[in-house]
Amino acid sequence: MAETVLELDDLTIRFKLKRGELTAVNGVSFKVKRGETFGLVGESGSGKTVTARSIMRLVPTPPGEIVRGKVLFEGDSVYDKSDQEMREMRGKKVAMVFQEPMSALNPVFTVGDQIGDALRTNLGMTKQEANERVVELLQLVGIPSPASRLDSYVHEFSGGMRQRVMLAMALSCDPTFLIADEPTTALDVTIQAVILDLITQMIDRFGMSLIFITHNLGVVAHACDTIGVMYASHIVELGDKRELFKNPQHPYTQGLLNSIPRLDQQSKYLTPIKGLVCNMMSPPTGCKFHPRCDHAMDVCRKEIPQLKEVAPGHFAACHLHN
Amino acid sequence: MTENILEVQGLTKHFMLDNDTVSRIAGKTRTLKAVDGIDFFIKRGETLGLVGESGCGKSTTARLITRLVEPSAGNVMLEGENILDFNRSQMQDVRKKVQLVFQDPYSSLNPRKTIMQILSRPLEVHNLATTWSEKRHRVLELLGLVGLAEEHADRYPHEFSGGQRQRIAIARALAVSPELIIGDEPVSALDVSIQAQILNLFRDLQEKFSLTYLFIAHDLSVIRHISDRVAVMYVGKIVEAGGVEDIFERPQHPYTKALLEAVPEADPDKPPPHLVLKGEVATPIDPPPGCRLCARCPLADDYCAEVSPELRDTGDGRYVACHKV
Repeated sequence: MAETVLELDDLTIRFKLKRGELTAVNGVSFKVKRGETFGLVGESGSGKTVTARSIMRLVPTPPGEIVRGKVLFEGDSVYDKSDQEMREMRGKKVAMVFQEPMSALNPVFTVGDQIGDALRTNLGMTKQEANERVVELLQLVGIPSPASRLDSYVHEFSGGMRQRVMLAMALSCDPTFLIADEPTTALDVTIQAVILDLITQMIDRFGMSLIFITHNLGVVAHACDTIGVMYASHIVELGDKRELFKNPQHPYTQGLLNSIPRLDQQSKYLTPIKGLVCNMMSPPTGCKFHPRCDHAMDVCRKEIPQLKEVAPGHFAACHLHN
Repeated sequence: MTENILEVQGLTKHFMLDNDTVSRIAGKTRTLKAVDGIDFFIKRGETLGLVGESGCGKSTTARLITRLVEPSAGNVMLEGENILDFNRSQMQDVRKKVQLVFQDPYSSLNPRKTIMQILSRPLEVHNLATTWSEKRHRVLELLGLVGLAEEHADRYPHEFSGGQRQRIAIARALAVSPELIIGDEPVSALDVSIQAQILNLFRDLQEKFSLTYLFIAHDLSVIRHISDRVAVMYVGKIVEAGGVEDIFERPQHPYTKALLEAVPEADPDKPPPHLVLKGEVATPIDPPPGCRLCARCPLADDYCAEVSPELRDTGDGRYVACHKV
């Protein structure tokens, strides 16, 4: 039985904005074990990215505020760490890959400098040692003739190559935990296939745990073991990927799976989820999904449903399962 | 026998790069072959899906057909007439028949105009309604067609979500009762639950008004869903075209096969995505003479590197541009 590396417990994050208050993450709890790949799926604005960033303490406060809950990494509360301890954690233990490599990488430093920076700061390497390691890393992520690319700038790389550079940077200090926030969304499907394959290989090779954030259900179906589905700041369903895809229990997950067009068959009409995503500044009472749900009952308008175990290891937050 | 509403012959757009740094240093003009001699046709009432990766020339194709960008060569035959020979006032009539829906509904709607103003503009331009009450009547009718309510007419675009804005953009295209609608990635900016609503709307409107669609997308499952026939583009060329079943069930061109293999399907029991092609997408700037795919293709030989394959009719309404098929 693998140990739990990361635990989120009732995490609730609120943003105080000029227009009012917005709860971006609402009572989110899940665990990630060592070596496990956890997929966080949801549509835009569902709170996936804020959840992921909160693990690294990257949510700006203010305007953000942790209202309740804990983030435990290897048993220690992330929000009780000193700045020094956070520096130890970031990069060396937990690394992050972002969606937009062009805005996450620095355009005025060479690739060698940016990747080497973490090595020099975190591991105290000299410039020479860092350069050697960077060449190894670029080789590892499949950049051709890596030694000659050390002095290249980010704009000289294509989108897929930039994402490889990001991955090399994330892997530089041998982290045990990787957070990938929509790492393939900006890429073409053929390049996406390559990057997904690369991430999977790295995870296996170094025995890392992974949180993979995406809106693409096809991607999580292949990249993750366990999946959490988010809707309007809540995790509405959580479970093993096979169980979740074959036997979805929450009406939102069911609706989502029904609304994707399929590659292997053609149907005249799709089955969309009715209505619009709720406005997070003034969310509906009770279950956030009830205005779009075909099964909505009285209790759905009043009470927020809690995650309940519907099958071993499979949780859903829906009053239908009471 | 259904007629072809649109026939594109040898359509080409070469952008001359004569003022960028690389060209200046090299002292010569480089040529970006965005669209390089493509042929296709669309039958009345059908949906042609045009699919390809970013930079392959899909959007340029849409703009060339509507003459938002002037082609370098080729013919665009709309109902048998070459619109590239048309003057301004003849083009005005073309724009009544052919309408565009763009990808990003945040930048394609004027933020300073109300929906009423946005939707009545095409009516004014084409003299379809003169009085205020005529316009109002038609605008409300259009809103109803795309699933919006009357009270939405006097709001501004920022008050709408992405899916609703795309409905407005569709209503604007419908305003002139067009025959052909070109959708340039019209659902790719939308979340899946909303994307399905908009795809269904496209279907409904096609039935209701016997519309013809040229539907451009990079998402293969969207193309599979909406299209009757499909054309696959790679770096300025059409590499394969045919019926949707044929293309998805029995692809012939190595690029089409690779593209289909690379799609991750939302089913954990399906094989994981993988890529059979090596390397990166070829550049459209001064491309080498042979097949554009040859550096990445597992089947390529010396001949492929020298001679660019023509799009050949292989029977049964299928077309392939490959020496190895």
